[in-house]
Amino acid sequence: MRDAYVIGAGMTKFGELWSNSIRDMFVEAALKAIDDAGVDHIDSMYVGAMSSGLFVQQEHLGALMADYLGVVPMPATHVESACASGGVSFRQAFLEVASGASDIVLAGGVEKMTDGADVTDALATAADQEYEVYHGITFPGLYAIMARAHMQEFGTTREQLAAVAVKNHRNGSKNPNAQFRSEVTLEQVIRSTMVADPLRLLDCSPVSDGAAAVIVASEAVAKKLGKQRIRVAASAQASDTLALHSRKSLTTLNAVVAAAQKAYKMAGKKPSDIQIAEVHDCFTIAEVIVSEDLGFFEKGKGGEAAANGLTSLETGKIRVNTSGGLKSKGHPVGATGIAQIIELYEQLNGKAGARQVENARIGLAENMGGTGASCVIHILEAL
Amino acid sequence: MVGIVGYGAYVPRYRIKAEVIAKQWGADPEAVTRGLSLVEKTVPGQDEDTITISVAAAQYALRRAGIDPKEIGAVYVGSESHPYAVKPSATILIDALGIGPHVHVASYEFACKAGSEAMYVAYSHVKAGEMKYAMGIGADTSQGAPGDALEYTASAGGAAFIMGRERLVAEILFTHSYTSDTPDFWRREGENYPRHGGRFTGDPAYFRHIVGAGKALLEKSKMAPADFKFAVFHMPNGKFPQEVGKRLGFTKDQMEAGWIVPWMGNTYSGSSPCGLAAILDVAKPGDLIFMVSFGSGAGSDGFIYRVTDEIVKVQDRAPKLRQMLDSDKVYLDYGQYAKYRRKIKLNE
Repeated sequence: MRDAYVIGAGMTKFGELWSNSIRDMFVEAALKAIDDAGVDHIDSMYVGAMSSGLFVQQEHLGALMADYLGVVPMPATHVESACASGGVSFRQAFLEVASGASDIVLAGGVEKMTDGADVTDALATAADQEYEVYHGITFPGLYAIMARAHMQEFGTTREQLAAVAVKNHRNGSKNPNAQFRSEVTLEQVIRSTMVADPLRLLDCSPVSDGAAAVIVASEAVAKKLGKQRIRVAASAQASDTLALHSRKSLTTLNAVVAAAQKAYKMAGKKPSDIQIAEVHDCFTIAEVIVSEDLGFFEKGKGGEAAANGLTSLETGKIRVNTSGGLKSKGHPVGATGIAQIIELYEQLNGKAGARQVENARIGLAENMGGTGASCVIHILEAL
Repeated sequence: MVGIVGYGAYVPRYRIKAEVIAKQWGADPEAVTRGLSLVEKTVPGQDEDTITISVAAAQYALRRAGIDPKEIGAVYVGSESHPYAVKPSATILIDALGIGPHVHVASYEFACKAGSEAMYVAYSHVKAGEMKYAMGIGADTSQGAPGDALEYTASAGGAAFIMGRERLVAEILFTHSYTSDTPDFWRREGENYPRHGGRFTGDPAYFRHIVGAGKALLEKSKMAPADFKFAVFHMPNGKFPQEVGKRLGFTKDQMEAGWIVPWMGNTYSGSSPCGLAAILDVAKPGDLIFMVSFGSGAGSDGFIYRVTDEIVKVQDRAPKLRQMLDSDKVYLDYGQYAKYRRKIKLNE
């Protein structure tokens, strides 16, 4: 495989974008990415979206977005992998460039969630309908089970979970594209409305609209444009059982572990080499577990690490979710994986503004679907 | 000059506390009460509906106006809980109060601004010289689905205003309406309860329309918020009117007299009209009043009133809104409330 580079990025603000349709948002992000890259054409594109059929009764997003972006008859493909749809969209673009099939590929992601659909029901389609959803469980419930198990097994506390939300809101307050630019206190998190014990409202990522896009290009194209800077050092994907109860452990995400091993190997890096990480904090407990499964912290110590500031922008040994994460930046499902790549792209380019990590050179993005049944990890490196 | 010659409001005596509803559904009573700035709401009695409420309010308006009911040329009732889908509410009202039969009547509907809509058309008829007096009423026995956020606020009550040219208690100096296609809240034919778009009912709906109408009204009148003694806005909960008033530049003091929602709930079409009635109950000659309604769907009607010397003569001729709100209350538990609101299904 040949090298591939991220040469441009663009996204909409995340939030309740009532006056923007799914196509408006995608085209806005895609045009920004194309402009940022400075390319005069693209060879192909991918659109990551989890459930536009249920959210806005629109499928066939590949052709629709190519049409409205004005790039037909270029090939355009809709990819779906639940909440990992964006990350998988990026991986497809990477593979297409790395394989030599194309030189310039747009990887995008989008979700329009506030058009009146029953969001909880639509999201629940990422769980096992016959064996989980049938019994009435929803995602907050599934992650609450994981949180309970983690508390039981490792002594993780309510305060430690809340520390993740406090940190991510603080980071998000510095991100102009974030849905919630307000800080929250430990007390506010712990006293927020109960959703699924022990998870409360401020442990949960919000319902959001938004789109994000990046341009992946071959070395030759990147060189020609003077953008041979942010290299995709690794792309790895793994799967696990869809149903949580089929797993041996409720506190380890096997797909994250497997994808991480592959990614570190491909990049020739180890966890301690990673300076910044965007991880899939759909619920606070997810960030705790993922930060362990990525090898940043010993199993069971993720909560403590967050509470002790080891993942914070200010004092972290590894900065986790500098963008604000899904919690504060927002979680328009299909756009999330791409937005994570954009945060790394900005950090590695030194353009992350108030949340810039000094000398950031190596970043990791971990995007997952469902309760971690699919996981896609990318490592980007600034040359 | 055209304006109000008589006004009246009516508040049912039954109440249910927001915390009682919260407890019923397993919600945190303190969070609900604080979040909505709402203590309790009115509940219509088993023999009350939009028509009986309108009749009571109109009767008080007639008492204050001291006019011959036969001189009223039009009666409009704005509500989203008209008892009949086909048969105007005002047909019953005019017979009950000795108005007509030489009178034009209609039922209006525009979610929570049907009342101000009725007032606006009544005002326009008098201004056009079509008739001596016209009455506009906003009244509702609002519906909120069991367990829905609306259930905490949907209440009952109404206010009636007789428009004319002589012996005005308040002149109408300026009006302005602001309307757009904004589907924030709706109820389709045959459905028992309205549906709504959650937070979409906020910024793109309530705030955009009230601010739109309010700003235009200030521009048109060349007045500033500080010129007004009172301001009243549609009151879907305790927080929204305070926030929208602040955004337009009004102070808490200016809004205090009309801010009845914490103890009355959201009377939908009757909401800002009842707020206006509460203000007129305490207003003094020369006071300026700023009012903007809001109806989902969506639109706002704005009015600027100037209170005249006549006000002091009529204030005590009928019960005042705060008196009705504060006295003679009967508290219901959730079971009684469910029965009163016919939420319990019985065999035919």
